[in-house]
Amino acid sequence: MLKQFADYITYTLLKLEPTSHLGDALNFFIYDTLKIFLLLTTIVYAVAIIRAYFPPEKTKRILSQKREYLGNTMAALLGIVTPFCSCSAVPLFIGFVEAGVPLGVTFSFLISSPMVNEIALIMLWGLFGWKIALIYTGTGVVLAIVSGIVIGKLKMEKYVQDYVWQIKAGDGVIMQTSFREKLVFARDYTKDLLKRIWPYVIIGIALGGIVHGYIPTDFVVKYAGRDNPFAVLVAVLIGIPLYSNAAGMIPVVQALVGKGMAMGTVLAFMMSVTAISFPEAVILKNVLKMRLIYTFFGIVTVGIIIVGYLFNAIL
Amino acid sequence: MEIKVLGPGCANCHKMEELAKTAVKELGIEAKIEKITDIGQIAMHGILSTPGLVVNGKIKHSGKPLPSLEKVKELIKGEA
Repeated sequence: MLKQFADYITYTLLKLEPTSHLGDALNFFIYDTLKIFLLLTTIVYAVAIIRAYFPPEKTKRILSQKREYLGNTMAALLGIVTPFCSCSAVPLFIGFVEAGVPLGVTFSFLISSPMVNEIALIMLWGLFGWKIALIYTGTGVVLAIVSGIVIGKLKMEKYVQDYVWQIKAGDGVIMQTSFREKLVFARDYTKDLLKRIWPYVIIGIALGGIVHGYIPTDFVVKYAGRDNPFAVLVAVLIGIPLYSNAAGMIPVVQALVGKGMAMGTVLAFMMSVTAISFPEAVILKNVLKMRLIYTFFGIVTVGIIIVGYLFNAIL
Repeated sequence: MEIKVLGPGCANCHKMEELAKTAVKELGIEAKIEKITDIGQIAMHGILSTPGLVVNGKIKHSGKPLPSLEKVKELIKGEA
């Protein structure tokens, strides 16, 4: 139905030739924009209702009684559903550590929470299908668990800013909300999120349309294809500074995949866009010494690169 | 009454402060509104996601999305 609508606008209303670059690019743009926003609105809303049941205070309480391994696993899974914004990373970090959540477990949460988010999942699902979205989720969770365990084993507690250990916070409260209030939360959450990301999504889809219509396949295959051994490395490095644009990146990447970019490279790129960011590093400096920030980013980066090569080899 | 708005200074924290001020004005009550931006202080109040609203030492709201003006008035009135 969306396809017919896009066809109607481009070929009937605007009278563009289906074989022309412009017609092809515009058709692609209209179809993808409709599809993505439809998916975004419905799924973000549904996920927000789930999120309303997992306020960070509850997650903190669950994790504070957990040790390594099981703790890391639960932290990575709870990271998916607990609402998280990098602007709250610091109070959240202090709250966790102060409640007795082990450092490595806290990191498993901090890694999985931004990486395995519904936007990345919806975009991956909408553009590459559910299998890729599922692989991304699974790999993201495993990466968060393993990275957290490694950081825990490295015994880096002394690289947390000293004042953090001196804070004695109250237990906090878990706000009791009715189902109706949860629905309001979900509605506001969805509105807030869409308001923030819609320009990136549209720009991303437009860029994707241009790639789709104009960039030659040989070019993409040569640089981002399976046979270029450096593609994963370069993709991960490019992804690190691209942060808030995660939603906008996927349509571009999808167009590149259509032209021969390898899937493992795509997954690695997406993970580096969502998991590692400079703004987050600046915020975390409030609670972590540089050495721990480097270690955290280093471990995650290496993990993502491994994921990229692994999936290039098996997919 | 003592009202604290806690947040490191993001756009939503400013909005939260405005909400608290408007609510107090419309309720016509005496209240001291304090803005807390120090991250250690924020954490010490037990706030895990900002912005936070603390009334008379009790956490009334934390995180996004912000409550409506009506809700803020209710939260403040509950402690009055």
